[in-house]
Amino acid sequence: MRTADRARELPESGIRKFFELAEARDDVISLGVGEPDFSAPWAARNAAIGGLERGRTSYTANRGTAELREAIAAHHERYDQSYDPGEEVLVTTGASEAVDLAFRTLVDPGDVVAIHEPSYISYAPGVELAGGEPLSVPTRAADDFALTPERLEAAGAAEADLLVLCYPNNPTGATMTDEQLAEVAAFCRENDLRVVADEIYSALTYGADHASIATQPGMRERTIVVNGFSKAYAMTGLRLGYALGPADAIDAMNRIHQYTMLSAPTTAQIAALEALRSCDDEVTEMVEEYNRRRRLVVSRFNAMGLDTFEPGGAFYAFPECGGDDEAFAEALLEAEGVAVVPGSVFGAGGEGHLRVSYATSMRELKEATDRIARFLAERD
Amino acid sequence: MEAEREVLDVLARNAREDIEDIAAQTGLDAERVEEAIASLEADGVVHGYQAVVDWDRTEEGKIRAIVEINVELDRETGYEQVADRIAKFPAVDALHLVSGDYDFAVEVLGGSMNDVSRFISEQVAPMPEVTQTVTHYIMETYKDGGVRFADGDDDDRLSVSP
Repeated sequence: MRTADRARELPESGIRKFFELAEARDDVISLGVGEPDFSAPWAARNAAIGGLERGRTSYTANRGTAELREAIAAHHERYDQSYDPGEEVLVTTGASEAVDLAFRTLVDPGDVVAIHEPSYISYAPGVELAGGEPLSVPTRAADDFALTPERLEAAGAAEADLLVLCYPNNPTGATMTDEQLAEVAAFCRENDLRVVADEIYSALTYGADHASIATQPGMRERTIVVNGFSKAYAMTGLRLGYALGPADAIDAMNRIHQYTMLSAPTTAQIAALEALRSCDDEVTEMVEEYNRRRRLVVSRFNAMGLDTFEPGGAFYAFPECGGDDEAFAEALLEAEGVAVVPGSVFGAGGEGHLRVSYATSMRELKEATDRIARFLAERD
Repeated sequence: MEAEREVLDVLARNAREDIEDIAAQTGLDAERVEEAIASLEADGVVHGYQAVVDWDRTEEGKIRAIVEINVELDRETGYEQVADRIAKFPAVDALHLVSGDYDFAVEVLGGSMNDVSRFISEQVAPMPEVTQTVTHYIMETYKDGGVRFADGDDDDRLSVSP
């Protein structure tokens, strides 16, 4: 069957190759997983079951249930973000749909979209599908993978129309402070850039609280904040996310949403509402456990000579492996059965690094890092 | 106390963690971890280190029972004195004073149901303060010490994902 050029020409995800290599073996410890190893809090699951039992299987309002939008708006006050649940919140099928809607709403054909890299793999293809032109803005290990006005300037982002910002970051675990975001915000204001801020990992920070560019002066009106329940509440398979932003932009996003998804899954919305109402303690416990694993993994990598900066958020470490990261990851999988994802898959700035997810049990992390140490020792 | 608390969180999950790994997980140096453990032990916060055992998987097995005990106290004898006597029996694995319909909840370990029954009827029931015992034999243990007794760790996530 003839397929559309834009679909045919989309590159295959670099992750797919490693997925297939890892799937071919049955003895693999995978540190390549971009989702929590916890299950969604029981109260949230139980609420979803209760909803099904009561027959709550109909569509909801396009924008999501009023209760959930109110709960989302209230929840975001913890990040000093204030949004009207009636007009400035849109519930979506995963944060991925929110990102896609934001691109399709904000990008006209030929618009240039600056994406700091290394970063989540879906942004550039999403921009292309929206008719835009992705512009890679590499960040550096030397800056702890923070985005700076200098990096934006050097990449030519002053000419861009939109900036995609993802902190805490997948794959680096990097976070940005209010002070650092203030500099990026100034660049955006000076050059009239709008922003899509993917803050899906906002609940998973270690030490410092999450900072959002949307709270910088003059940025709320030019920023779509994307978030969701997948990472903080371990609800990846329930596919529930949302977007926060100015009413006119959210209204435009909702117009696309109503013709494509109609509404996010009702059962997932019920689970999400309960998660916001009663599952803070579970999130805290998960964050504490990730934090212990984070410290162990970073400490072990540094001890074995793989330089690793201290990630401030998400659940990834991003050690330097030196040289060809793809070859390193393949050889490691072949020799020791440990799956990691090469940093170059995530774009410029990721070369020579590995994405290591510590969303796996402490026992497996210890075994996997022991195997990596053995791999390095035998390679030398 | 923050350091002690962090060390305690790690030990409560796995008492066999070595000092270096505890240091890595807590961000403390090894010397501070050792100090914290010594302090936790000296203060009686940590009383000991035990394995969480699924006795049903051992060859000889063990019978566990939860025994409710009611007591009648007098001017000379309080809960502490009764508890002290009961706790001395090696068969008593755990002993709690509880609120509700009875006074003590006792976990008893024995080689057989007969062992446990004999212990209760010959050693505990005859104590002058004990007015009633109710024994519940544990048929199956699904979770103990915070550890779920199940086959393996099911992980249905994709091995590599974005």
